[in-house]
Amino acid sequence: MRKGRFSQYGGQYAPETMMGALQELEREYRRWRNDPTFEAELAALLKNYAGRPSLLYYAEKMTRDLGGAKIYLKREDLNHTGSHKINNVLGQTLLAKKMGKTRVIAETGAGQHGVATATAAALMDMECEVFMGKEDTARQALNVYRMQLLGAKVHPVTSGTQTLKDAVNETMRAWVTRIADTHYVLGSVMGPHPFPTIVRDYQRIIGAEIKAQILAAEGKLPAAILACVGGGSNAIGAFYDFITDQSVRLIGCEAAGRGVDTAETAATIATGKVGIFHGMKSLFCQDDFGQIAPVYSISAGLDYPGIGPEHAMLWEKGRAEYVPVTDDEAVAAFEYLSRTEGIIPAIESAHAVAHAMTIAKEMTPEQIIVINLSGRGDKDVAAIARYKGVSLYE
Amino acid sequence: MSKIKNAFGKGKALIAYITGGDPNIETTGRLIRAIAAAGADLIEIGIPFSDPIAEGPVIQGASARALAAGCTTDRLFDLVMELRKDLETPLLFMTYANPVFAYGTERFMQRSAAAGIDGLIIPDTPYEEREEFAGACRQYGIDLLSMVAPTSADRVRQIGKAAEGFLYCVSSLGVTGVRTKLTDEIASVIKIVREESDLPCAIGFGISTPEQAKQMAAYADGVIIGSAIVKLIAEYGENSIEPVAAYIAQIKKAITEQ
Ligand SMILES: Cc1ncc(COP(=O)(O)O)c(C=O)c1O
Repeated sequence: MRKGRFSQYGGQYAPETMMGALQELEREYRRWRNDPTFEAELAALLKNYAGRPSLLYYAEKMTRDLGGAKIYLKREDLNHTGSHKINNVLGQTLLAKKMGKTRVIAETGAGQHGVATATAAALMDMECEVFMGKEDTARQALNVYRMQLLGAKVHPVTSGTQTLKDAVNETMRAWVTRIADTHYVLGSVMGPHPFPTIVRDYQRIIGAEIKAQILAAEGKLPAAILACVGGGSNAIGAFYDFITDQSVRLIGCEAAGRGVDTAETAATIATGKVGIFHGMKSLFCQDDFGQIAPVYSISAGLDYPGIGPEHAMLWEKGRAEYVPVTDDEAVAAFEYLSRTEGIIPAIESAHAVAHAMTIAKEMTPEQIIVINLSGRGDKDVAAIARYKGVSLYE
Repeated sequence: MSKIKNAFGKGKALIAYITGGDPNIETTGRLIRAIAAAGADLIEIGIPFSDPIAEGPVIQGASARALAAGCTTDRLFDLVMELRKDLETPLLFMTYANPVFAYGTERFMQRSAAAGIDGLIIPDTPYEEREEFAGACRQYGIDLLSMVAPTSADRVRQIGKAAEGFLYCVSSLGVTGVRTKLTDEIASVIKIVREESDLPCAIGFGISTPEQAKQMAAYADGVIIGSAIVKLIAEYGENSIEPVAAYIAQIKKAITEQ
């Protein structure tokens, strides 16, 4: 198998100017991966700084209300900075520090990955610059200010659709312009090798914890694990340790936006084709000539025209399922979880909650569903109010 | 010997890049003829891509304008076919992996060859992923070019060995675009390449003034100019033929009088 491949997907389709840095990263990642001091430092950060392990919470009211499967929530929203993004960021920033880098850069969609990167940079004394689509800086204004508070410089990206894919383009350009002292903290399981592997390895703690926690609580594995999928990092993190447990359904929830039969969607598996973009061979929303499609979702974190290569493989092999969830369904789930459990989920995570609400009813009380609640919804409150036509004085 | 390699037979070569379809296909056709007549030895035609990650703002802008004006891969094949009725200058396509892959790699090469394209540059396909496209290129007699950069380090030798047509040497880190200052950091890379390959080396990225062209030509067999031309096209639009031709002639003169 060629390097960094997940069957035919993945690879290293990067400009020559980036290749030196990618190879350095791979070398250093291998070197530090099994280093006991690195492992101990990262474990300490995850525990004492990020607050891991995150809770696996039995959503009793939701379970009763839906009247089907027993529902658990993996509370990544309780991590420091409010989402799963911190797991990957602490790993990569610590690695960058070991590599002797003094500056980190990152793309961000919803702003959660940018906030996490700015946070880790503040903690580890690194310079930090974050690239964010201009459209997203408006949708997630609070996170922009949060990053600035943390000492990061935020660059609004005005090219293309001014959303996540354009932020990735611009961060890649910024990286090759100043590569020697800079590490690109990529925020999802995407991009050129070795990023999809590194990010997955730093996120797989989610699934490892779920497994230990559910076995302790229930003495058996869940029937299904659900997670939202943008690039796919929280999903692969939740899925990875269950891939060989064939009885566990792995369900990725994509953002369908206004519907998969409209042009305003970001559901890559449902509407995309195989292509090569952002350093990887995978599935992408695109036109007949390979131009990347302008995608849409209410959720800035899922508003991405591709999917990580390992997901493309899991989908092709039939090991994981991927379902589209619309804006309306996600907003309904956002409100439902808030009222039913007193937990306001990130609008991204609400996509997984929405699909769980659909399938839980068709399942039995002996079956367990775990929903990966990838983030908290404070950042989304203003946008949801706008969506509902409520005007707020922020 | 490939037609591309041949283009380096008459002194330092000038390689001109323009984005196909900016401001429209018809103007691109006129520009290509004028650029050839003004002394360019090779012409790179960019097939616009929605997300050109190796490009600075100037070529990003051109790609967006071309796509908005309705440029497609098929329309550029038609244009090249038309130009080839009388144009001898070697022509290259420069585009990203996805437009080629989405068209069907084999079908893309077949149509390129039929239209009279001599080579292909895919900036997001490094040496490690060459085989994605190399087989189909070989089958249809299209040179698949390679790039080296100041950071290519110990990969330079492998890249040099596999390269076809000419070796695209990236002058300095970063994306395409006009630079006010150029260093000679690529010169040592070219020295290593020369030990591995007798392929011509051309330097690109950042060259805009006649002085810079002359400075870079001293280290290599040719220079590649893109953003500086595209900038003129952005400024003059359909009326850019004359200023672009004058600019090409000026650069050609600068690199010829070594
Ligand atoms: C809370 C939350 N969940 C999910 C995502 C989507 O990313 P991924 O698919 O990599 O988990 C984001 C991205 O911004 C996010 O903020």
